[in-house]
Amino acid sequence: MTFNFDVSYLPQLAGGLVVTLEVTSCCIAIGIVLGILLALGRVYGGRFISIPCSIYIHFFRGTPLLVQLFIVYFGLPNWGIRLSAFASGILALGLNTAAYQAEYFRGAIQAVKAGQMVAARSLGLTRLQAIRHVVLPQALRLVIPPWSNELILMLKYSSIVFSIALYDLMGVGKRIASRHFNYFEVFIVLALLYLALVLLITLGLRWVERRLRVPGLGTAGRGA
Amino acid sequence: MDPLLRVEDIHKRYGTEEVLRGVSFQLDRGQTKVVIGPSGTGKSTLLRCINRLTAPDRGQVWLEDVEVTAPRAKINEIRSQIGFVFQDFNLFTHLTALDNVRLGLVKVKRMGKREATTRAMEELTRVGLKDKAGAYPAHLSGGQQQRVSIARALAMDPKLILFDEPTSALDPELIGEVLNVMAQLAEDGMTMIVVTHEMGFARSVADEIVFMEHGVIVEQGPPEKLFRSPEVARTGEFLRKISELYGAEE
Ligand SMILES: Nc1ncnc2c1ncn2[C@@H]1O[C@H](COP(=O)(O)OP(=O)(O)OP(=O)(O)O)[C@@H](O)[C@H]1O
Ligand SMILES: [Mg+2]
Repeated sequence: MTFNFDVSYLPQLAGGLVVTLEVTSCCIAIGIVLGILLALGRVYGGRFISIPCSIYIHFFRGTPLLVQLFIVYFGLPNWGIRLSAFASGILALGLNTAAYQAEYFRGAIQAVKAGQMVAARSLGLTRLQAIRHVVLPQALRLVIPPWSNELILMLKYSSIVFSIALYDLMGVGKRIASRHFNYFEVFIVLALLYLALVLLITLGLRWVERRLRVPGLGTAGRGA
Repeated sequence: MDPLLRVEDIHKRYGTEEVLRGVSFQLDRGQTKVVIGPSGTGKSTLLRCINRLTAPDRGQVWLEDVEVTAPRAKINEIRSQIGFVFQDFNLFTHLTALDNVRLGLVKVKRMGKREATTRAMEELTRVGLKDKAGAYPAHLSGGQQQRVSIARALAMDPKLILFDEPTSALDPELIGEVLNVMAQLAEDGMTMIVVTHEMGFARSVADEIVFMEHGVIVEQGPPEKLFRSPEVARTGEFLRKISELYGAEE
């Protein structure tokens, strides 16, 4: 039995890898910003802010990602909004991951002791200053471990953008395999590439977490 | 001379429970008032109403000629002039002792970083923790944490400091170091309101003791008077009980 895989595929795969990394990092960036805002809205917003935030979160967590992607890419043009495949991909994935990230951020914000906010306000910091300088720096440290799962999930889910004709790793792999009829070999290589990326991300985030670690914050029971 | 702080007829209700039922008092510059009373009587609520960490339902608080309770009061500016020391310290967990003291200076007082550092180091030195400036709260003892939190309040140059049971969360052997710092502050002329069960401190440091129960002030007066010849029988009873528990040796 031979492993039917040719090194000449590598440049194409490298191109796909770049697209995968671009899609993942763009949607994660959208998700961080929007996710933090949604979480703050849910925790600190009055009813008129927190309810819409909840609805948003439930909508995006309650419907399939692929459906959301198709609404953006195939559906929005009916309303005169025509986005490129790349923009559609990062928009749909970004809006989706924002909903999941919001819940992680919310949990972390609520894990910061209430006295921290009170102490900050007692010094004369405004609520926004207290959130920015006291609550968020602690919440963001606490959120790293659960949040890294979301980053890994998004890296893997980003493969669905092949369905709107984006040539990410998955798209490129499928093109090569259908041309050379070596689905097994190509997709094994793809799987290994994704696995390597996941490992890199995991190690990277662990390093970041260690770098930002402060005694007494969320590291209890992990053997500091 | 006008009093520094005037509290007039403060009321506060939580649900159906009226926690403060019309509390009034005044405090002159440089005076220390100790507030005592049974648990659940509204002492913490009263302190929190003074800088509006809790909004009173009724009544007024005046800091010099500024009405703290006015709807349009610049509450953040006012809070920066009123220090608050909490029972469980509430130091910012992610910041070193130095940064805990600096935060208010930089963000509220808009002080430059270098000036803020100098100022913060002065106050850390004053509470005897110069060499702990770089330590995170988790690496400090309770007594040290509370002293940092006093330094954090002092650095803002407050007109008044409110202490809410500052030693109640401390191991007995750490209480002294905190009380000593507070006694020194009183001596240096700081204006303070201290909720505490430490009767020894109350006797030796307070200019006036306020006995509260069920949301009202039962009796207030100089310590000698309250300890020797209280006007209300309940005051004497409470003082005896609390002195037995916490000791009030002269
Ligand atoms: N945020 C709140 N919501 C509802 N009830 C509250 C709140 N804060 C305080 N209370 C209630 O108000 C009453 C007075 O509380 P407060 O903390 O002011 O008493 P205290 O005199 O400081 O007591 P302690 O000596 O136990 O600290 C208590 O019955 C308490 O349960
Ligand atoms: Mg209390």
